[in-house]
Amino acid sequence: MLPKWFNDWNSEKPADIYRPAILIGTLGGAVLVVTLLVTWGQPFATTSLQTGPRGTGMSVPEFNSVRTSPDPTVELYYSEAPYEVAEDAPLARDVYENVQVLGGLTEDNFNRVMLAMTQWVAPDQGCAYCHGAGGPETYGSDDNYAKVVSRRMIQMTQNINENWSGHVNANEEVGVNCFTCHRGENVPSDIWFRITPLGDTMEGWGAVQNRVTMQSQYTSLPSDALETYLLDGEVIGVHDFESHVDSDPSDPETATWQNAERTYSLMNYMSNAQGVNCVFCHNSRAFNDGSQVTPQWATASLGIAMVLELNNDYLVPLKDIYPENRLGPVYADAPKAACKTCHKGYQRPLQGMNVIADWPELATTGDPVYATD
Amino acid sequence: MIWKPEYQNVFTQTQVQGAPEWGVNDNGRMMEERGGKPFFSPLVGWLGNAQIGPIYLGWTGLVSAATFLIALFIVGFNMLAQVNWSIPEFIRQGFWLALEPPSPEYGLTIPPLYDGGWYIIASFFLLISVMTWWARSWLLAAEHKMGKHVFWAFGSAIWLFLVLGLFRPILMGSWSEAVPYGIFPHLDWTTAFSIRYGNLYYNPFHCLSIVFLYGSVLLFAMHGATILAVTRYGGDRELEQIVDRGTASERAALFWRWTMGFNATMEGIHRWAWWFAVLTPITGGIGILLTGTVVDNWFVWAQEHHFAPAYDGSYGYEAFGTTYQEFIGQGVAAEGGN
Repeated sequence: MLPKWFNDWNSEKPADIYRPAILIGTLGGAVLVVTLLVTWGQPFATTSLQTGPRGTGMSVPEFNSVRTSPDPTVELYYSEAPYEVAEDAPLARDVYENVQVLGGLTEDNFNRVMLAMTQWVAPDQGCAYCHGAGGPETYGSDDNYAKVVSRRMIQMTQNINENWSGHVNANEEVGVNCFTCHRGENVPSDIWFRITPLGDTMEGWGAVQNRVTMQSQYTSLPSDALETYLLDGEVIGVHDFESHVDSDPSDPETATWQNAERTYSLMNYMSNAQGVNCVFCHNSRAFNDGSQVTPQWATASLGIAMVLELNNDYLVPLKDIYPENRLGPVYADAPKAACKTCHKGYQRPLQGMNVIADWPELATTGDPVYATD
Repeated sequence: MIWKPEYQNVFTQTQVQGAPEWGVNDNGRMMEERGGKPFFSPLVGWLGNAQIGPIYLGWTGLVSAATFLIALFIVGFNMLAQVNWSIPEFIRQGFWLALEPPSPEYGLTIPPLYDGGWYIIASFFLLISVMTWWARSWLLAAEHKMGKHVFWAFGSAIWLFLVLGLFRPILMGSWSEAVPYGIFPHLDWTTAFSIRYGNLYYNPFHCLSIVFLYGSVLLFAMHGATILAVTRYGGDRELEQIVDRGTASERAALFWRWTMGFNATMEGIHRWAWWFAVLTPITGGIGILLTGTVVDNWFVWAQEHHFAPAYDGSYGYEAFGTTYQEFIGQGVAAEGGN
């Protein structure tokens, strides 16, 4: 195959080519890697958030590339400061028909909120998404389901900001508005539906787990954790607080390892929802020990209680308002919220951007209080 | 790679092939029970003996294989039914699927087929299969006039198996306590079990089991390395070296004695290895058996016995001078933390 002169030359001059080849290959490879690292940086560098005493593994590590990238939806956010309220300014409830919430706003501020809601929820469809294509004359009509749902969602937002301030303003004023969940989409991402039992071949614990589902965050853990703890309000704790307890697994009051597995499913969901790990809230050695939790544990516990209320008082009762295509694919249930619906994988939704300062109308169930300076 | 030392290879370096070895036939009837025409596989020879077969089936092999297949098919078909008999879904979700034990409300009664009944049946056949295989390891050792070391070693693994699936569920009063048959689901059981009973790391028998497990690994590595290192002096003829110590044993012993002041012997190292391996499931099984039956919260138990240390109580990143804005790189430059 090779020319004769080459083979002759080769056999006359025997040489160990492996040693230099490996040497050059190793050195060359090393130079290449070093060059890449120096020019582009270490791609897997991490920074850890220490959350507890040294030596206990209390650390939330994050890749720097992920940690420092801004949430891309932050720049889609639209906001506008309130208009000054004149003494005799006309109110929305007097100007427009059928204004059941936000009626105490001045006409200017009412329209400001309406415009913003369009930007937050239906930037492509505009006013017609809720008010229909009939023009301003029919804006008072409740025929469109989206409008009826929006009204309830405004009440929900006001309730969150007013009564769940301990969660949404836990560290500083952040609040929530429509954009916190919607992010420019008609239907927020990361909502959830009931999917258990999974098929009809099994009953009991075999029927609610071991399938690749969003509800189980693609683990084999139970797929009914969101439903059980964030809708039905079952107690999450599964531990005994004494070393020796007389309990019987067949007693319905006893928390079994299966219950523990379901709480683990919820906790894993919550970790993913916020881009953290167990020790962001819990200590690393006894998850149940309330004397060794971080301040975030209390914030998260409030969040669980909040989501329970949102699902039961606001979202589930809307079931009959929705058209079929908005209902769950398996059991035709109403769409529901959980941690990820707002958090979207961040410790704080929209990375802690204050979304309530400009919107006193959404901060209270009563009449808005505008800042005066 | 002419210059690469051969002993660094992971594969067996010497393969000898001749007429297949059939084994002894002392009473003249033993050939009847050996099935399969023996053949050689050089590929297998890299890892072990290149000769495949013949196999002695016997009644133990027959019963064990049959019952194991029954158990395997019960589990497999239950999984297949869960994905509506779709083979692609079975492959896609295979590691997720499982046959779960009965729900807790059935206690130790016989549950319906679709809520653990199939699990009980599969477990029954698996029990027969494992116990028959255990008997096989005794009977074949007896036929070869060997000691019963393999039988007892396998027994230690069976102890853990029985604790998980039989003894502990009975003591707890419910078959629901058994471990699911599934790849990820049995790992979920492990996690949930530890969490439910207050962190298994505070279970001293779990600690012992880890010691013996890691110890086994260490001993295996040390022994394997030592023997390979003195093979050039005949060190791989370990049985001869036990009773007739040669330069290989001398060097190996000196190496360890100079390194760490102590050395095993050519015989003793195998006793170390056997006991470490056997004690891993024995201590682990004791730890599992005590969990939920005697101790319900190992962390609390460890506090009562003063071996769960106390820390200074600084919890939460705020206690370490970090802010969220710093962490996401939007405030004062983060100092990294640790």
